[in-house]
Amino acid sequence: MTDFLQLFFSGLATGSIYALAALGFTLLWQASGTINFAQGEFVMLPAFMMLGFLAAGFPLVLSFVASCVLSVIVLGWLFKRGVVDPLFKYGMMPIVVATIGLSIAMRNAVRAGYSAEPQPFPNLFPDEVYNLFGVTVSATDIGTFVFAIALVLVTQAFLAKTVTGRAMQAVAQNTESASVLGINVPRMIFYTFAINAVLAAAAAILVTPTYLAKFDMGASLGNKAFFAAIIGGFNNSRGALLGGVIVGVCENLAAAYISPAYKDAVALIIFMVVILFKPQGLLGKKVERKV
Amino acid sequence: MKKLGLLAGLLGLAACIFVPTLLKSHGIYLFTYWLIYVIATMGLNLTIGYAGQKSLGHAAFFGIGAYTVAVMMQAGYSFWLGMPLAALGCFVVGLALGFPALRVQTIYLAFATLGFNTAVWLVMRNEEWLTGGTFGINNIARPEAFGVSFDGNLSYYYLVLAFAVVLGLLLWGLLSSPWGKAFTALRDNPIRAESLGVDIRGYTLLSFAIGAAYAGIAGGLFGSLVQFIDPAPFTVEASIMMYLMVVVGGPGYFLGPLVGAAVGVILPEWLRFAQAWYLFVFGAAVVMLMIWLPDGLLSIPDRIRAKRQSREASAARAANGTSGVKA
Amino acid sequence: MQKRFALKLAAACAFAAVAGLSHAQQTIKIANIVELSGPGTTAGTLFKNGVELAVKEINEAGGILGKKIESSTVDTQTNPGVAKGLTQKAVDDGVLAIFGPVYSGSIMVSMAESKRGEVPNFTGGEAASITAQGNPYVFRTAFGQSTSFPKVAKYINTKAKTLAVIYVNNDFGKGGRDTITKLLDGSPTKIVADISTDAGQVDFSAAVLKAKQSNADAIFAYTNEEESARLLRELKKQGWNKPVIGETTLTGQKVIELAGDAANGAVAHVGLTVDAPIPEMLKFKAKYYQAYGSISDHNGIKGYTSVYVLKAAIEKAGKLDRKAVAQALHGIHVSAKKYPGVIMDVSFDDKGDLDRESFLVEVKNGRQVVTATLPALNAKK
Repeated sequence: MTDFLQLFFSGLATGSIYALAALGFTLLWQASGTINFAQGEFVMLPAFMMLGFLAAGFPLVLSFVASCVLSVIVLGWLFKRGVVDPLFKYGMMPIVVATIGLSIAMRNAVRAGYSAEPQPFPNLFPDEVYNLFGVTVSATDIGTFVFAIALVLVTQAFLAKTVTGRAMQAVAQNTESASVLGINVPRMIFYTFAINAVLAAAAAILVTPTYLAKFDMGASLGNKAFFAAIIGGFNNSRGALLGGVIVGVCENLAAAYISPAYKDAVALIIFMVVILFKPQGLLGKKVERKV
Repeated sequence: MKKLGLLAGLLGLAACIFVPTLLKSHGIYLFTYWLIYVIATMGLNLTIGYAGQKSLGHAAFFGIGAYTVAVMMQAGYSFWLGMPLAALGCFVVGLALGFPALRVQTIYLAFATLGFNTAVWLVMRNEEWLTGGTFGINNIARPEAFGVSFDGNLSYYYLVLAFAVVLGLLLWGLLSSPWGKAFTALRDNPIRAESLGVDIRGYTLLSFAIGAAYAGIAGGLFGSLVQFIDPAPFTVEASIMMYLMVVVGGPGYFLGPLVGAAVGVILPEWLRFAQAWYLFVFGAAVVMLMIWLPDGLLSIPDRIRAKRQSREASAARAANGTSGVKA
Repeated sequence: MQKRFALKLAAACAFAAVAGLSHAQQTIKIANIVELSGPGTTAGTLFKNGVELAVKEINEAGGILGKKIESSTVDTQTNPGVAKGLTQKAVDDGVLAIFGPVYSGSIMVSMAESKRGEVPNFTGGEAASITAQGNPYVFRTAFGQSTSFPKVAKYINTKAKTLAVIYVNNDFGKGGRDTITKLLDGSPTKIVADISTDAGQVDFSAAVLKAKQSNADAIFAYTNEEESARLLRELKKQGWNKPVIGETTLTGQKVIELAGDAANGAVAHVGLTVDAPIPEMLKFKAKYYQAYGSISDHNGIKGYTSVYVLKAAIEKAGKLDRKAVAQALHGIHVSAKKYPGVIMDVSFDDKGDLDRESFLVEVKNGRQVVTATLPALNAKK
């Protein structure tokens, strides 16, 4: 039983990181129909930004804040204006390919410009380990999970309770009606991108101590985030958390109890089942087909 | 217009026949590599360009084809038996993959195919008894037919060229027929097409199946080209690259794959002068290309025509307008 | 008037032609075909750094047989197909020797081309099958698993009766797992857990848990560097206090840096380490640091020493001929006294395998400490 709990708790921590990336991904899709294949790299870049600030002598928290600001500018505003806006009316394909190109470019820019090797990254949480009922959990596990949940709930609250948040939701559901109602659609979309940038930076500071800062850290993270987003529900932010946690926990359980070689398959199977029977995700709402 | 296209096509074919004789083995290898990806992306172009589906799992079929032919050859069967088997196998699996497409759309379909690709890759990597696992299958022979051996780089290139031309003509025939119209109807307005009596389900499944078969054939050729296969070229990344090739070339344009595969295969080679930054330049180039030409490189003629037409139209309007005022 | 001009022109052309020809023979061309992107980036980059450092040193000292070395580097993207193509290109370009790829998966494919082109091909790959292909042109720069693992197995026999094997699911890791399983079959040590992990895996809790559940006396860990770091940290977190034994990838400098004090206590059999107590090695470590601002790992040493091995072979053969050099390499014994660049005495057999001494290393207080030096399998006096 303790083994199961051990795997469960480790999975929660890993899963909550997937959740953050998944959440941003979901928001982007809802607000602007952008499938961001560079989402993993959107987490990688703030990690390296922070490394840069740290090397310049900033303390960790200040580096984080500075990276958030920088991310909003680069991954939020620049991305939106430079890539998404021009391609918006051409449908999904050009944006998808543009983000693919962007992910290749970002990955290799960091590799060539900074380093090909993994870099250690300071941990936000103390290096302590606690023993609860025979299960070992580290402070990092707990901290990551709590931080991630907090972020998701804050985002959820922002979207549901504030005027701006409701406006953003309106834009996501029906852009034309929203603009008729006087909502500044481009600005709302920009806010979505900005939130994604901040969530990605947050994911970076939580995940990099374990993942280690490397130019390709975004690849597998991005993949898992996509699955998590769909499993949880593509139009529901709490769904992203659920999806992430499911993926994280199931991977661990599968690796221990079924077969380590096929552990990725478990997330996949859940994913396929969800897609075939409940395409809107576990917590999502059904989306009507438009004529 | 048609005559010009035909002439260009013949010239291109002539170039494909003569240019490689001037190249050394690396150049021939690169051309062959390019042609194989042209075949694979032709299939993908049918699925996503003409039929408007979303498929991010194409490399899985590429791999299934490659492994089928390789395993058959290891077991002693001929290349020429393995190839049709690979094509048929991929056709059937493609049909199976088409089923989720009937239930889900756009982004969900994209990820379903991505999931399929991952699953296939996992099997390729883990089932060592069948596929050699991560060690792969080495020393795959090149085929021979009627006593002619295709072992040499140049002769194998011509074999692949023959395949590409035949498959291209088949596809051209398909797309010019009413079937082709049905596919584009599926892409442009499925509900309307259905109301006109087009069997949506059938055509959706078929677009996946045919695309898969093409990828399978390309895979079989790939195995004998590199003479070694392991799961690495058949990952989700590879599928994403193939998708990129089709979109950059121009989805729905018949010759799109030629351009797209060239961008994907040959462009990184040209960019090697940029040393460590060459992949960055490639990625940035793709982003710029998409922003400038969202419909792909082959949309350039259409764009020029559209610009010309709009200029003529506004000139006509201006002429009418002034004449109106004058009156 | 015109005749004179024509004569002068002809003379100038002839002169240029001869100069051009002799210029072409003035340099020794080598190709550096390595992984600069993809999973093999770290290994390939460091290998290339070692090669280029050696080339620079040799050129400054006058080159080989009076000629300078000209090296060109290309990226295989850790893709065997690309590596194959690049090897073909190098053969076309008429290089004397090829260095790389490092990854076993890539060299297994590309060496068919260097064999076809009859060009000596040095590789950093460690898979046992590399030298079992009957290819007279492939030469290792580090132990093959078939040379190093018997030493590891012997060590494990002395430390544990039951063993849990944690390996990475690629040809490097699986090759190692297959080799150790075969070697321990029938020995006093029994393997009680066989745990595969993925390249790039982050969460090792399941793997460690399985190892604990098996109650093994020790763990044999055979994963790539970053994964080794994560594995060591998870082991410490879950309170594993029994031996952790591995190979070079377990206790490398990078691993120690990334794992922090979770690396303490790990033991490894290491063919090459910058911390070996050999003056030449320490000199290399310093030179590499000066040139690149970081500490080399075993891949850097592989690249560096292999260029000096080439030098020794060329000088033994006496001429710049690919076949002659390859033949000279088989059976060569390069002494570190005569060629300090090879750092340790090394000999090659007719299959391309190399033999030299190796080290048992333990991580103490965040540093690699050599606890024993093991002689070459066929030590010459």
